[in-house]
Amino acid sequence: MIALNNSRALRNNAFAWLLLLPSLVFLGLFTFYPMYKTLLLGFYRKDITSFTPEFIGLENYATMMRDATFWKVMFNNIWFALGTVPTSIALALVMALFANRVTKASYWVRTAFFSPTILPMIAVANVWLFIYTPEYGLLSRLLKYVGKGGLNWLGDPDLVMWAMIIMIIWKEAGYFMIFYLAGLQNVPKDLYEAADMDGVSGWTVFRKITFPLLMPTTLFVMIVALTNSFKWVDHLWSMTKGGPDNASNLLLFYIYEHAFVFWDQGMAAALTVVMIILMLFLAALQFFGLDRKIHYN
Amino acid sequence: MRYLIKLAYLCMFAVSVLWAVPLLWIIWMAIRPKSEALSPRITFDFTFDNFVNVWQAVPFDQYLVNTLIIVVGIFGVQLITVTMAAYAFARVNFIGKSVIFLIFLMQIMVPNDILIFPNYLIIGEMGLIDTKLAIMLPFLASSFGVFLLRQAFMGIPMDYDEAATMEGLSRWQIIWRIYFPLGRPVYMAFGLVAVSYHWNNFLWPLIVTNSVENRPVTVGLAIFGLSMETGAQWSEVSAATLIVILPLLLAFLVFQRQFLNSFMHSGIK
Repeated sequence: MIALNNSRALRNNAFAWLLLLPSLVFLGLFTFYPMYKTLLLGFYRKDITSFTPEFIGLENYATMMRDATFWKVMFNNIWFALGTVPTSIALALVMALFANRVTKASYWVRTAFFSPTILPMIAVANVWLFIYTPEYGLLSRLLKYVGKGGLNWLGDPDLVMWAMIIMIIWKEAGYFMIFYLAGLQNVPKDLYEAADMDGVSGWTVFRKITFPLLMPTTLFVMIVALTNSFKWVDHLWSMTKGGPDNASNLLLFYIYEHAFVFWDQGMAAALTVVMIILMLFLAALQFFGLDRKIHYN
Repeated sequence: MRYLIKLAYLCMFAVSVLWAVPLLWIIWMAIRPKSEALSPRITFDFTFDNFVNVWQAVPFDQYLVNTLIIVVGIFGVQLITVTMAAYAFARVNFIGKSVIFLIFLMQIMVPNDILIFPNYLIIGEMGLIDTKLAIMLPFLASSFGVFLLRQAFMGIPMDYDEAATMEGLSRWQIIWRIYFPLGRPVYMAFGLVAVSYHWNNFLWPLIVTNSVENRPVTVGLAIFGLSMETGAQWSEVSAATLIVILPLLLAFLVFQRQFLNSFMHSGIK
């Protein structure tokens, strides 16, 4: 009997591992091996001057800490996250409340809000390039009436981050809206009916019922938004190249520059390690701190 | 109070119009004669010349075919890897399940987007720089797809397995003849999200390709845009941008509900 059980368990295991094998091979090659590789290469000097890698310990990290541009890029990223995350979430919530109630033109409303989500970032960049261009861009043409048509949104270090933030909010608010739309479906209807019978005002209903019940959605969307603010850099390539004077540069684009523009591979690897740690931190935040409502198993 | 609500509705309608403006603006630019691109006047002559010019000047047909091959290739392989792994997680008891689960979770926590540099080195070691395969390889396993499908598979009654076993089907056959067809709505959801993601992906294809034969349409667009910095070519860049976004945009306009449902799933792990 035990022997039979054993052979069945063995067959089960073999079958499962066989099913998992293809996925594991790709995960190993393109998720785990690169993490190991970048960790290792981060301890080496490998750039145009030294083509054979030279072990330098923590030198790359020390250089990074002294690099004013690195800190600027990190602060840009935090600034970028602060600018995009709360605003796009708040807007998404309002959009969802509206789209959920609206009966006429509901197709139009959802289409208008959601369509930016399915556009490639690189196309979005082109579209907004034609909005931000001084004198001829759409925004400049409108601002001409208040005498501000000459503002160089992408060329002015003080304005460029705002320009990026507005564009990203436009791009992702509609995406977050659909999670709130789903969340709203799960709010029990009788709660609203009870509130209605008691004559509770709409604002109170929102504050005491809707918003608290949507909290899991809000937390989830927040993590996605935070992650996006580190992942989205395509637009920089065609809009600003991180400029002017690194005013719009973000961490992932900084990695790209080190790897493929300056060819400083050791530093690119070390920066990637920083990025991985950041991502793991965000995941931990979600997993241990905020995500008690959503279970994986 | 009622007026206040009416006012709020009106405001949100205005916002929805505002949200459509950027897209309408690029359409407007693309169908206007080149000579009118920068003029402040509003006239009503329209033309398709910009599209024709772009189509003749840039191999967008080749780029579109490349993107199509890449997207279909990735999704085709994903269908297989994802189905197999999802079945293992949903229906087979094996040693180390939770560890393997964590390994899969890692791909969601550390997405491929941020590993572009080390993955470029690995593709280089494989000698695959400037191939379509290079663009596809890092995405051929999808933990997101596995988790999504695992959830669906767990909802399929075990009776089906038992009945099929009685009929003499092996477990391998059960996967493809029973679970695979029953999972169709989830494959749809996963498919739309995956296809949109890979159609739109830019930075990774940019760094691993450098020829017209392998470049996807996003990279082609970016390079075209870069060569047209001056305002005189606005109309053409707008037309090119529209060519790139039109396939997905049209699909979205027709299958709006499916798109919204699918992207909703992208949040449920």
